Amino acid sequence: MMPELGQVCLLLALLLAGITSIVPMIGSYTENRRMMQVASFGISGQFVFTGFAFVLLTYAFLVQDFSVLNVANNSNSELPIGYRFSAVWGSHEGSLMLWAFVHTIWGLALALFSASLPDKLRARVLSVMSMIGFGFLSFMIFTSNPFDRMVPPNLDGNDLNPLLQDFGLIIHPPMLYMGYVGSAVPFAFAIAALLENRVDQSWVRYCRPWTNIAWAFLTVGIALGSWWAYYELGWGGWWFWDPVENASFLPWLVGAALIHAQAVTEKRGTFRGWTLLLSIAMFSLSLLGTFLVRSGVITSVHSFASDPERGLFILVFLGIVTGGALLLFALRGSRVRVLSSAGLMSRETLLLVNNILLISSCALVMIGTLFPLLAEALNLGKYSVGAPWFGKMFALFSIPLLLLVPLGAFCRWNQDQLGRVLTQLLPAAGLAVFATGFTWLMAREMPIRVVLGLLVAFWVIAGTCAFLWRRWKVASGKRYTLEMLGMASAHLGLGLWLAGVVLVEGLSVERDVRLTPGEQVEVGPYTVKMLGVAHRSGANFEADRGRFEIYRGTELITELNPEKRKYRRGEVMTEADIRPHIFGDVYVALGEPLDDKGEAWGVRAYHKPFIRLIWLGALLMAFGGVLAAAERRLRTPVLTQQEKLSQDSGKNSGQIPGAPSGSDSNSGVPALNATLNSPGNA
Amino acid sequence: MNEARKKRIALVCLLLLGVGSATALALVGAREQLNVFLSPSDIAAGKAVNVHRVRLGGLVKEGSVWRDPSSVAVRFKVTDRNQCVTVNFDKILPDLFREGDSVIASGFMQADGSLKAYEILAKHDENYMPPEVAETMAKAKAIAAQAKLDHTQDCAP
Repeated sequence: MMPELGQVCLLLALLLAGITSIVPMIGSYTENRRMMQVASFGISGQFVFTGFAFVLLTYAFLVQDFSVLNVANNSNSELPIGYRFSAVWGSHEGSLMLWAFVHTIWGLALALFSASLPDKLRARVLSVMSMIGFGFLSFMIFTSNPFDRMVPPNLDGNDLNPLLQDFGLIIHPPMLYMGYVGSAVPFAFAIAALLENRVDQSWVRYCRPWTNIAWAFLTVGIALGSWWAYYELGWGGWWFWDPVENASFLPWLVGAALIHAQAVTEKRGTFRGWTLLLSIAMFSLSLLGTFLVRSGVITSVHSFASDPERGLFILVFLGIVTGGALLLFALRGSRVRVLSSAGLMSRETLLLVNNILLISSCALVMIGTLFPLLAEALNLGKYSVGAPWFGKMFALFSIPLLLLVPLGAFCRWNQDQLGRVLTQLLPAAGLAVFATGFTWLMAREMPIRVVLGLLVAFWVIAGTCAFLWRRWKVASGKRYTLEMLGMASAHLGLGLWLAGVVLVEGLSVERDVRLTPGEQVEVGPYTVKMLGVAHRSGANFEADRGRFEIYRGTELITELNPEKRKYRRGEVMTEADIRPHIFGDVYVALGEPLDDKGEAWGVRAYHKPFIRLIWLGALLMAFGGVLAAAERRLRTPVLTQQEKLSQDSGKNSGQIPGAPSGSDSNSGVPALNATLNSPGNA
Repeated sequence: MNEARKKRIALVCLLLLGVGSATALALVGAREQLNVFLSPSDIAAGKAVNVHRVRLGGLVKEGSVWRDPSSVAVRFKVTDRNQCVTVNFDKILPDLFREGDSVIASGFMQADGSLKAYEILAKHDENYMPPEVAETMAKAKAIAAQAKLDHTQDCAP
């Protein structure tokens, strides 16, 4: 009965999404307030029904209703209770359910926190959100229904993929989806702004906090995925340039570019068309990622059963969304003509360079990811692009980008002198060189590329600290805005992340050895001594559990117990055991027994220096995004020129609406609002 | 058009040129980094010549796995039931590595015709065979049938 109720909820949510896609949109054109107000109700209704369906699906997993196909395939009567929750999104159908639910959470949040938006913009944004929701919901209902029954029911259930039976997997997908789906919000804003024919900076101000928060979630989601892969896949890597990882990295890169472009548009009025394009691109790349993962065109741990029908559906959806948005942009966006008065050496220029480099990195990663698919489709042969290529190519664009980070923060808007900026950054440069030199003296065996990488990382960190220091000295009263602190946090995170990457990639010690009890192996400053391997039974698996003592010099630090598990369903899993430390992890994983007595084992013993900095850096970046989103200014409504004038109308009521007043210091382009808000489309 | 604007346009052009040529270089350099998927029959037919990195797919030949008694190094043969190639690997094998099951070995071809692998992937679970391997097996089976070979006798263990 319950699954049928869930079915009904989904259909109701779909119906509401359909209504909310149309009615408020019509209302916004006919100036019908009632129709526009439908948006809030419609969005809330979608949330309630989708949420209820989600709860019902979770309930089916908790009580193990094996008459539901999805539950039977991805759960088992012996599955521990915590994993019954994560099993909800462990399958293709369930993850779409989560996706749809997360989408309605964003919609609801938008409806709740958009009171300051102009009515029309609000109605259109919510309406576009509903259209996207309609697409997701129909995808789920028509190709991958999570409530499909199984006749006759499977009494015991299959089992959840053991890779997914893990704490990291309980939180990684929700975070990542919050990021993916969150990119629908700037997209909806961009479409609404284009429909409104008001491609000025007002929508950007409303939109900025949403972009930042979506990007922050994406950052946390990717970092969690990386962390999970590190400890769960059993070979100690933190990033593999796997197509599915790349699929999440593409919108992240564009999102980072969008955050910077939006700052320029909001504050200076330039980059308008570019910001619109990036908003469209970020969401389109999120959909592309979904297509790559869900259609089964690539094989990886993330792809579930491949089904051409599903792939086709997403591809068509992607085509409609991206194609439609770009068409609209072509029709309306071309009217965006902004003559920037900014000089060559200005923050605008630096942020332009930032955007070009970020988008180029994104393009390269995309080429590397899609080339094998393309080559296969064109019958050119079967290729795959190796991780080393991605690493090198990515460095090509990210190194100049990172070098420019401190300059961007110091450089003034509009016009500045390179000399002034460099003079102010001189102490930071000195500090970076000194820190690198000191580190090099401490560890003389470091390869030169690690030293250079560290120099860049220290430069980013020192430059950001110099920015904070300068504000402290120069400004009085309110020294920092939240926006500035957010930027500083994200840039510090970037520096720490880079330091972590450089040290892990350059100094890791990885040894695959054959050990018998009593034997030991040295990894970096640590010694790993094998005591033995014993058998143990878990809830739904049997395991060989290794005992290893970790020494630093002669001092015993800890005992690690990696496991080799065999799950009842037949999968074999390597559970590594890690001694985490900010200066470096010791990582031990069992390979396989190498002799008949079961005494000698293949053992992976790794030392991963400073690997924690990678995730710490990512968390700081995400924190920075949230901090900047809390900026007070972004919550104050933006007045159009007419509104400003009508507020001033006590003084000069006779002025023609939209006439250049020359007083709009914020945009720097006073005539622009006037051209776009000409009477015909105001 | 004012000076600053001209200069900025010049800068953007320069940047795009830089980015473009870097990308072009990257793509030319990619030849070295590309892994080309080949079957044992492809390698026997000489297709691995001029290929830097090979991704070899097929089945682990039954009885061909030899382990070094003092390290984790291992040697085995990969077969498509038509031809086979010897693979050397000195790291730990993946969990699902089994004789008779599908495997993908990435590595460099050696002068003696063997493959020195730096990565071995085994199939994900009981029911799943990587699509490349499935296709390879089907193709090789057709070749073997044509040549009327007994395809369990592809090469000496």
